[in-house]
Amino acid sequence: MYMLDKAITGSRRYWSWMLFLLLLTAVGFGCYCWQLRDGLGITGMSRDVSWGIYVAQFTFFVGIAASAVMVVLPYYLHDVKQFGKITILGEFLAIAAVVMCMLFIFVDMGQPMRVLYVLLYPTLHSMMFWDMLALGGYLVLNAVISAVMLDCEYQHLPPPRWLRPVVLFSIPWAVSIHTVTAFLYNGLPGRSLWLTAILAPRFLASAFASGPALLILLCLLLRHFTTFDAGDEAIRKLGIIVAYAMSVNVFFLLLELFTALYSHVPEHSAPLRYLFFGLEGKHPLVPVMWLSVSMAAAALVALLVPALRKNRRILALASVLVFGSLWLEKGMSLIVAGFVPSPLNHVTVYTPTAPELAIVVGVWAIGAFILTVFYKIAISVRALD
Amino acid sequence: MKVTRKNFLRLLAGSAASAAAAGAGKVVQAIRSSLPAAPRWGMAIDFSKCPKGCDACTKACRLAHNVPQIPDPNHEVKWIWEEPYENVFPSQPAEFGRQDLAGSQLLVLCNHCADPPCTRVCPTQATWKRDDGIVMMDYHRCIGCRYCMAACPYGSRSFNWVDPRPYVETANPQYPTRTKGVVEKCNFCAERLADGLLPACVEACPEKALIFGDLHDENSAVRQALRSRYGVRRQPELGTDPSVFYLV
Repeated sequence: MYMLDKAITGSRRYWSWMLFLLLLTAVGFGCYCWQLRDGLGITGMSRDVSWGIYVAQFTFFVGIAASAVMVVLPYYLHDVKQFGKITILGEFLAIAAVVMCMLFIFVDMGQPMRVLYVLLYPTLHSMMFWDMLALGGYLVLNAVISAVMLDCEYQHLPPPRWLRPVVLFSIPWAVSIHTVTAFLYNGLPGRSLWLTAILAPRFLASAFASGPALLILLCLLLRHFTTFDAGDEAIRKLGIIVAYAMSVNVFFLLLELFTALYSHVPEHSAPLRYLFFGLEGKHPLVPVMWLSVSMAAAALVALLVPALRKNRRILALASVLVFGSLWLEKGMSLIVAGFVPSPLNHVTVYTPTAPELAIVVGVWAIGAFILTVFYKIAISVRALD
Repeated sequence: MKVTRKNFLRLLAGSAASAAAAGAGKVVQAIRSSLPAAPRWGMAIDFSKCPKGCDACTKACRLAHNVPQIPDPNHEVKWIWEEPYENVFPSQPAEFGRQDLAGSQLLVLCNHCADPPCTRVCPTQATWKRDDGIVMMDYHRCIGCRYCMAACPYGSRSFNWVDPRPYVETANPQYPTRTKGVVEKCNFCAERLADGLLPACVEACPEKALIFGDLHDENSAVRQALRSRYGVRRQPELGTDPSVFYLV
C-alpha cells in the first residue's frame, strides 16, 4: 500500500492523462445510471440478440487477462531472462483486464443488485458460476504475485521461496479462465456457431496473440514516455510469440470455416454466412468481419517475414493490426453472430447504441486507469535503482 | 464354519440387519406405489384446427399473466404466439408434400423440456424444473444475465428490456407483474393447475386445438391424441425432450 504514493506524484502529462480517463469514466458512469433507471432497453440488444458488445468485450478481455501467461511461462519454465523485467507488466495487465471483465458482466446484468446471488446460491451445473470462481481466483493470484514481487524489488530482496509455486500454479489457472469462458458458450445446444469443440483452443490462440501484441505496444509506449525500457530482445521475443499465436488462430478460424461451409449443414453455416456475406439482405457485420480478416492477413505477412518483424515500426504496426483484428472478431462478431439466425430463424440486426458504447468506453477508461497506476508504481520503484 | 457363540451371534445380527433393510425397502416401495406418480404435464397442438387470425389463446394468456404488449419488436415479451411453419420446423421444409403447411402459422411456447438447457445454465437456479415437468421462473431470484435465453434452442424466453408495467392494459391481481431486468416465459399456468384448472390458452381455444394433460397417464387426453395422431416435436435431435407436440 505504501507504494501507492508513487502514483500520486507525476508530471503534468501524467495528470492530464489520468484526468482524461476519469472524464471518460464519468461519462460512462452517467450512461450506466441512465441504463440502471430505464433498463437494458437503452442498448441495441433485443429479444433475438440478447447478448451484445458488453459480453463480447468481456470475452475479449478474458483473453487479454489470460495472456499474461505468455510472459510468465517463458520466464519461469524456460528461463527466458529477457522477460524478467516485463513479467510484472503482464501481471498488472492481467489484473486490469480481469477487473474490466467483471465490470463488463456487471453492466450487462438486468438486476445488478442481485449479482451476488451467484455466490449465495452456488450452482455447480452452471458454467457462469465456474467462470466467476476462475476469474476471481485469477485476480487474487495475480494481485498476490505482483504485489510480493514489486515489494521485494523495492526492498532489494529476492522473492520469497513460496512465491514460485504460486506463480507456477497461475499458469494452468490462466489457461483455465479462458477455457471456462469458452465453455460458457460452447455447451449450448441451439447455438451452432459456438457449438464447436475448437472454441476453447481458438479463444486461447487469439488470447495469446492479442495479449502479447498489446504488451508490445505498451512496452513501446513506456519506452517513449518513461524511463522504462523493456529491452529490444524482450520485444523481439514477444513478436515471435504473437507470430506463432496469430498463425494458429488464423489456422483455427480456417478449420471452422471449412467444416461449416463445406458440410453445408444449414445451422452450422448460417451464422458464418451471416458474418461474411450477410443473410436475408442484412449484413451489418460483413464490413467488420472483412476488415478483421484483412487486418489479420496484413499482420501475418508482417509477422512471418523475419526482416519485417525485426523492424520495430513494422512490429508496432503488426501489433496494432493483430489487436484490432481480434478485437473486431472476438470483441464483437463472434458473440453477436451466435444469435443469428435466431432459434425461430429470424435475422435480427444488432447495433450498439451511443450510451451502450459510452459505457464500454467507461469500462475501458477504468481499465486504463488501473493499468496506469500500477505501471507508474512499478516504473517508479525501478527508477529508484 | 464352526458354530461358536461368537459366530452364532454374528449370524443372528447379520440376518436381522438384512431382514430390517429388506423390510424398510418394502415399506418405502409400498408407500411409493400408493402415492400417485408425479405427472408430466404436456400439450399437443392440433394446428390444423387453428382458425386463421384467431388469437384467443394469446389473449387469454396475456390477461392471465399480465404479459405486456410492447410495440417495439426488439423489446417484445411473448409467452405463446404464432410463427410461420418454416421457422418452427426449419429442418422439415414443406416444399413438395404438404405445401399447405408453408406459410401457415403455428403456435409456439415454452416446450417444458424434460432435459431443459435453460435450467442447466442458470447460475442462481432462478429457473428450474419441477417434479411435474414444468420449467418455472423465479422473478425475484433472476439476476437478468440472460444466459437461459442463449441456452434455449427454441427462442421461448423473453427479457424485460424496459419496465413492462406501462404496457399491461388491465393488470390481473391474481398474478404478479414483472419488473425490468428479469426473464420470463410460459409457465403452463402452474398457478391454474394448482387450482385444478386447465391452462388459460387451452380453456380459451374455441376449436379445442390445444390438448393438455399428463403425459405419464395413458388415459389422459394428450396421450389419447398422441396415440391416434402422429405428434412431432421441435428439434428432438437436441435431446431436450420437449413436452409440446404438434399433431400432423
